Amino acid sequence: MADLTYIILIILKVIVVFLAVLTGCAYATWLERKLLGHLQNRMGPTYVGPFGLFQPIADGIKLIFKEDVVPTQAEKVFLTVAPMIAFIPGFLTFAVIPIGHPINLFGHEIPLTVSDLNIGILFILATTSLGVYGVALAGWSSGSKYSLLGGVRSSAQMISYEVAYGLSLVPILMIAGTLSLNEMVAQQSTILHWFVFRNPVAFVIYWICAVAETNRAPFDLPEAESELVAGYHTEYSSLRFSMFMIGEYANMLSVSAVAATVFCGGWNGPFWPGPLWLIAKVIVFMMIYIWIRATFPRLRYDQLMDLGWKVLFPLALANVIVTGIILYLV
Amino acid sequence: MEMLIFAVAAIVALASAVMVIAVKNPVGGVLFLIMSIAAQTVLYIMLSGIFVAAFMILVYAGAIMVLFLFVIMMLNLRHADLGPDSLRRVKPLAWVFGSVLLAELVWVSMAASMPASGIDETFGSVPAVSRLLYGKFVYPFELTSVLLLAAIIGAVVMARKGS
Repeated sequence: MADLTYIILIILKVIVVFLAVLTGCAYATWLERKLLGHLQNRMGPTYVGPFGLFQPIADGIKLIFKEDVVPTQAEKVFLTVAPMIAFIPGFLTFAVIPIGHPINLFGHEIPLTVSDLNIGILFILATTSLGVYGVALAGWSSGSKYSLLGGVRSSAQMISYEVAYGLSLVPILMIAGTLSLNEMVAQQSTILHWFVFRNPVAFVIYWICAVAETNRAPFDLPEAESELVAGYHTEYSSLRFSMFMIGEYANMLSVSAVAATVFCGGWNGPFWPGPLWLIAKVIVFMMIYIWIRATFPRLRYDQLMDLGWKVLFPLALANVIVTGIILYLV
Repeated sequence: MEMLIFAVAAIVALASAVMVIAVKNPVGGVLFLIMSIAAQTVLYIMLSGIFVAAFMILVYAGAIMVLFLFVIMMLNLRHADLGPDSLRRVKPLAWVFGSVLLAELVWVSMAASMPASGIDETFGSVPAVSRLLYGKFVYPFELTSVLLLAAIIGAVVMARKGS
């Protein structure tokens, strides 16, 4: 009996988190269009619903009814599998993100995370590292040169930035002395204890790499529209295309949630309940994403590689060493 | 329950490992290898080696296999480029080495004690693994890193030759 309730509870949590992230993805597109509009002196979506709030729903319905075009040169099996693979990793990350205090329900203590893994950070790094497959496969299987170039670019870019991405989190692990996200959140109980203030360099490296990992401007070379039409998803339409988009936004949400959890105290905060604080912090990070997109022009490909390997990687490595020395001395 | 998960994971791991060499399309081979790694990860988790499991995904599926895919995509190999006869000459060798490996595997599993003994609760946890890596096996571990570094430098030197 206890086993059964446990399994039902897990399934319920998975469904709730999945639906929440899916809704988050839809409204992240709304936030992006609205905020980007205002940053460029436009209004953004206004027609569908108040403040254009129903725009994501209208977009979704439109995409469903579009024709699903399959190019004759495409590898059909991989063309179908690629969007599915791109869809998953962003959602997987949320399995280990703690979203609040454990709550008491019918005498059971229910922790507010799908799985309290004691190696949460490694799990996140592992899922992030899988993100490249969807993009690379899509580029290869489309049978189009633009797509292939986009796919090859993205796999090179994501491998390069993954190294610094992983290394940027290592100093935080050393300071926290744990790999568990729950314990990290517990250690950052007030704003003074946030890890972002104890190692700001790590946060800056993390954030730059996170933007590059999610293929967002100014690192959106895999889909640079001025050179590659639309990059890896040039040949995609209809629902398959929307799966790429949802996957991309889920990835953005997940790196924002990781940034909030690891660097900015997670669900800790005064007055409001935990989940609200986490959502608020994720929204702030999403706004920074959009702000960055509105501010910086796209990097050239060699600049991108130089930044990854010659600046961020040595900096992250030095940060690990310096943090190690300081921790040893103090 | 546990037996069921083990059976599914083991069958998937073995079947996709066979598919790696059975499918014609090299990209398909890479994907099946990833699937096999994923199934092995499940086996590691069942052995409570969750740290090892995470690194299986992170290093093998997330980094090494991406490079495989990258290279295959760069060469843009399609079915036609890999004729059925391209591997004929090495086939006898493959049989020899395959049987040697199989014999070794049988020999090792005959010698092993089942179920595995001497595993305590901390087995596979982060402190346990790091204590082994940086304590008992620190010299082999560091020597391996030197070996890998040599390989990286070698690759860079070979890449520079052309220019």
